[in-house]
Amino acid sequence: MSLAKITQVKALALAVPGDDIDTDRIIPARVLRCVTFDGLGEHAFRDERTGPDGKERPHPMNSAQAARIAAAKQGVMVVGFNFGCGSSREHAPQSLWRYGFTAFVGGSFAEIFFGNSTTLGVPCMTLSKEDLAECDAFVRANPDVEVTVDVAQLTVSAGAKTWKAGIAASARDGLVNGKWDPIADLLEGTEPVAKVAAGLAYVAGK
Amino acid sequence: MAKTLFQKVWEAHTVRKLPNGQTQLFIGTHLIHEVTSPQAFGMLRDLGLMVKYPQRTFATVDHIVPTNELKEPYSDPIAQEMIEALRKNTKDYGIRFFDTTTGTQGIVHMVGPEQGITQPGTTIACGDSHTATHGAFGAIAFGIGTTQVRDVLATQTLALSPLKVRRIEVNGKLAPGVYAKDVILHIIRVLGVNGGIGYAYEYAGTTFDGFSLEERMTVCNMSIEGGARCGYVNPDQKTFDYIKGKPYAPKAADWDAAVARWASFASDAGCQYDDVKVFQAEEIRPTVTWGITPGQAVFIDEKMPALETLNAADRQTAEDAYAHMKLAPNTPIKGTKVDVCFLGSCTNGRISDLREVAKYLKGRKVSPSVKAIVVPGSQLTAIQAVHEGLDKIYIEAGFEWRGAGCSMCLAMNPDKLVGDQLCASSSNRNFKGRQGSQTGRTVLMSPLMVAAAAITGHVADAREVFKV
Repeated sequence: MSLAKITQVKALALAVPGDDIDTDRIIPARVLRCVTFDGLGEHAFRDERTGPDGKERPHPMNSAQAARIAAAKQGVMVVGFNFGCGSSREHAPQSLWRYGFTAFVGGSFAEIFFGNSTTLGVPCMTLSKEDLAECDAFVRANPDVEVTVDVAQLTVSAGAKTWKAGIAASARDGLVNGKWDPIADLLEGTEPVAKVAAGLAYVAGK
Repeated sequence: MAKTLFQKVWEAHTVRKLPNGQTQLFIGTHLIHEVTSPQAFGMLRDLGLMVKYPQRTFATVDHIVPTNELKEPYSDPIAQEMIEALRKNTKDYGIRFFDTTTGTQGIVHMVGPEQGITQPGTTIACGDSHTATHGAFGAIAFGIGTTQVRDVLATQTLALSPLKVRRIEVNGKLAPGVYAKDVILHIIRVLGVNGGIGYAYEYAGTTFDGFSLEERMTVCNMSIEGGARCGYVNPDQKTFDYIKGKPYAPKAADWDAAVARWASFASDAGCQYDDVKVFQAEEIRPTVTWGITPGQAVFIDEKMPALETLNAADRQTAEDAYAHMKLAPNTPIKGTKVDVCFLGSCTNGRISDLREVAKYLKGRKVSPSVKAIVVPGSQLTAIQAVHEGLDKIYIEAGFEWRGAGCSMCLAMNPDKLVGDQLCASSSNRNFKGRQGSQTGRTVLMSPLMVAAAAITGHVADAREVFKV
């Protein structure tokens, strides 16, 4: 299985502020009654974008900037701390990715969300609190300037600014080497897997 | 060298180191349900892969099952499509399915323990973040995404990085009217909803020693709400007694060896932890959430926090929370009007929860302004409850008695809040929109506190209402 080497994402950015943005806010559970991930993009941040009366609410995802990202099918979402907490449902990163976001920059990410995103080839990069505030302000003030998320160099940059960024070493390694989906590596381990399995007493199916 | 349970289980299940530095970890037991598995089976078919160890995967249906409509086809055609997809996938690949027609269906985190599938010293994975529940038995249990469900189906392994271990010790005896649910809500309140990122939580101390397996499950269940990928309690005699005689438990000849093996996984005396936090049981009082994260919680007799007492980041989330909840800072939450009461979920839908509430509910009536539902988490729990006559106590008090499932915990089925209804809920998440209405409001609490809210029509102190 050949995968793209994701060393850098260069795209327009959208700031979606707030800490502890949970997976139910990213995509409400009630719209997840489905057997494929198709079409989840249109439901991204659904309840935040649309009021109970069906009218649009003020939300970054309703902006012209968000529409440009959706049209380009690439974009950087600048978020707060503990983004993606809550459910393990891959529907959350799937909906943002299908909407058009191809990288996240934030203070911190919930672990399962981070892993699910990495497996889609979507880097989640962290900045220090101060740098994140600066990046967030820059993105709002300069919507036409592309942001570069450099996974190889561990930086996020925009205009004349460059911030030092972090990502788990294993995720970085997988992304830049085109091995962000682990299935090929896991399939190679069939023999040692059988050996470990044989050595473990376990509940037997019946 | 002295080791933690986490380290021992990790080492026993390590297949090899992957090129990116992660570990290829063997997953002994895989649990699947209808929401996060169909796409994974789709990926398998696209890649032309088979299920490698079908006897190690167990399936049930829980999220979308209507609890008030037991006959198929369900009135929701998408729900019907999802259950049929799971029937087909489990049949095609030879996977055991605890279907609705078997009397063993239920919330996936209840079915594992009930069947004796959940065992100490094992690795368990499921496409559901509350998989940590199984840690109550001394298993290392991970919630995983759908692509990882594909990985487990195809290889019975996952690519993972090891976690740090934080020992959370709670010592002493809980006061009457204070429950396991209050313990975990309190831990999350103190350590924060992101305090556990990078950690496995080991729950220990005399309070946990005294807890039943069901109480331990309630605590482990909500590890993820504290940011921890998994949580566990070291296995002991209570663990072994619980498993004994269950359908998938080791049989007579194998039993003693199994117990010896299970016991050997418990953390060694003198092992090193990456962090230790200690709580005193007597200091914990009945706890309720007031906001939109499980960490936004107070004791029932406290006021909700004044905004000026919070730091800048917490303050922003709190302002958002107060606006959504339509509650005022620096006022008591006690007395807040309640519209719906939900007793159930993988956190608190077990037989001991139903028994404890029934004990106090006899002769009491649900307030006419409240819609109260009780949803046993599994069919086996429902059967046992009916056998004990608990259903009659609930029905006489004015609760609706429902079939098994996730129900109003996440509203992927017909059980939903309407408009800005406020729900006193024994579930695990108070996220905006979680219970099916985007303006709906959730207050998390213990089962007995839910009953107190149902009877009085407002958020109440169960200790006063029931003279506990």
